[in-house]
Amino acid sequence: MSDEKLPGEEKTIDGDVVPNPDSAPVAGLEREDVEPSPPVTRSGMWSEGSPDTSGYGGIVREYLPVQSSARPLDDANERLLARLEGLVDGAISRVLFDRGELTIFVPREKLAEVVRALRDDAHLRFEGCMSVSGVHYPSDAGAELHVVYHLLSYTHNRRVRLEVTAPDADPHVPSVVPTYPAADWHERETWDMFGVIFDGHPALTRILMPDDWVGHPQRKDYPLGGIPVEYKGAVVPPPDQRREYR
Amino acid sequence: MGIEDALPESGILTTTIEGIAGWMRRASIMPATFGLACCAIEMMAFGCARYDADRWGQVAFRASPRHADLLIISGRVSQKMAPVMRQVYDQMPNPKWVMAMGVCASSGGMFNNYAIVQGGDHIVPVDVYVPGCPPRPDMFIDGMFKLREIVLRDPMGAHRAKVLEDLEELQLAATPTLEMKGLMR
Repeated sequence: MSDEKLPGEEKTIDGDVVPNPDSAPVAGLEREDVEPSPPVTRSGMWSEGSPDTSGYGGIVREYLPVQSSARPLDDANERLLARLEGLVDGAISRVLFDRGELTIFVPREKLAEVVRALRDDAHLRFEGCMSVSGVHYPSDAGAELHVVYHLLSYTHNRRVRLEVTAPDADPHVPSVVPTYPAADWHERETWDMFGVIFDGHPALTRILMPDDWVGHPQRKDYPLGGIPVEYKGAVVPPPDQRREYR
Repeated sequence: MGIEDALPESGILTTTIEGIAGWMRRASIMPATFGLACCAIEMMAFGCARYDADRWGQVAFRASPRHADLLIISGRVSQKMAPVMRQVYDQMPNPKWVMAMGVCASSGGMFNNYAIVQGGDHIVPVDVYVPGCPPRPDMFIDGMFKLREIVLRDPMGAHRAKVLEDLEELQLAATPTLEMKGLMR
């Protein structure tokens, strides 16, 4: 590596890190007043008592329902977070750094402001929104619906993932279309599949299912459907009546 | 030693309009350009050089359903695609035929769920069912040759009405699959 500066290198995140007392490092937690949630153990792919012979019944998984990483993270990521916190007050509710990938949990009322700052700030410059998708966690009371945004900075060759939660009773999330026009159809798909209402979207209509469809198929409680299959002298019921899904 | 040697002395053969029309039609089948899923890839392979269905005049794929006389349901039919497929079928002029390509088009296949129509024959009348997931072009060629026989014997006019009526009566009297006994056919 030569000592010469590459073109555009002056735009990298080299500003001073201002230590934020609110984001002081506490092992596994971003706030001291948050109780650590106990790990959950789950076995099998289908519900208990299922006559499942697929082999998935033997799977045992232990995981934390709410995961987060201790601050500060490594240098580059911590600079990114500090920069974001400096631009938008209360932009980060918690952070997860796993397998080299950074996930920032953003309060939904701050989302529009946060994506605008992530796109426009010269030290951040996340010009592209690669994907918007939804996740349904029926067991996550008060935050059943998650919306995940994958952002890419072409300038700094860096990726970050934003995650926003909304309760099932109030599935509203602000739209990022004013900042990322490419997210238009992604948000329509997330509305179609999960029923998340994106406030401020220019035309939030179904995109995959027929316009008059009832329900949002990717939610965990949506029935799989299907019809009984008739053979000579025998009927096989549809899959979701043969076994229960979680 | 061709057909001309078998002619009687006056050089005249008699046949029906039905017979001669079917004989010509079966060699110029024009499918609608209508691909639904992975089966459409095999359908394209069927038309390309290796399988070369042009040998039998079968791959004059028409860009407009109004120029086509064969609808190939090449893949799973989703609930959203079903009205589109019906419209394409309705736009095709008579006489027209339908081939269900692959298990999804025939019976829903592995997709027994809320999103997929359980067989193209819920939407349009199907003449030939080709099994396979997806069917190899060889299988598809076999299906097309079975369709050729159907096209050859396609009834016309008053005869057509009679044939359809008889078929309807047969189907009304048919035993449901569930009530059949014995080995699989």
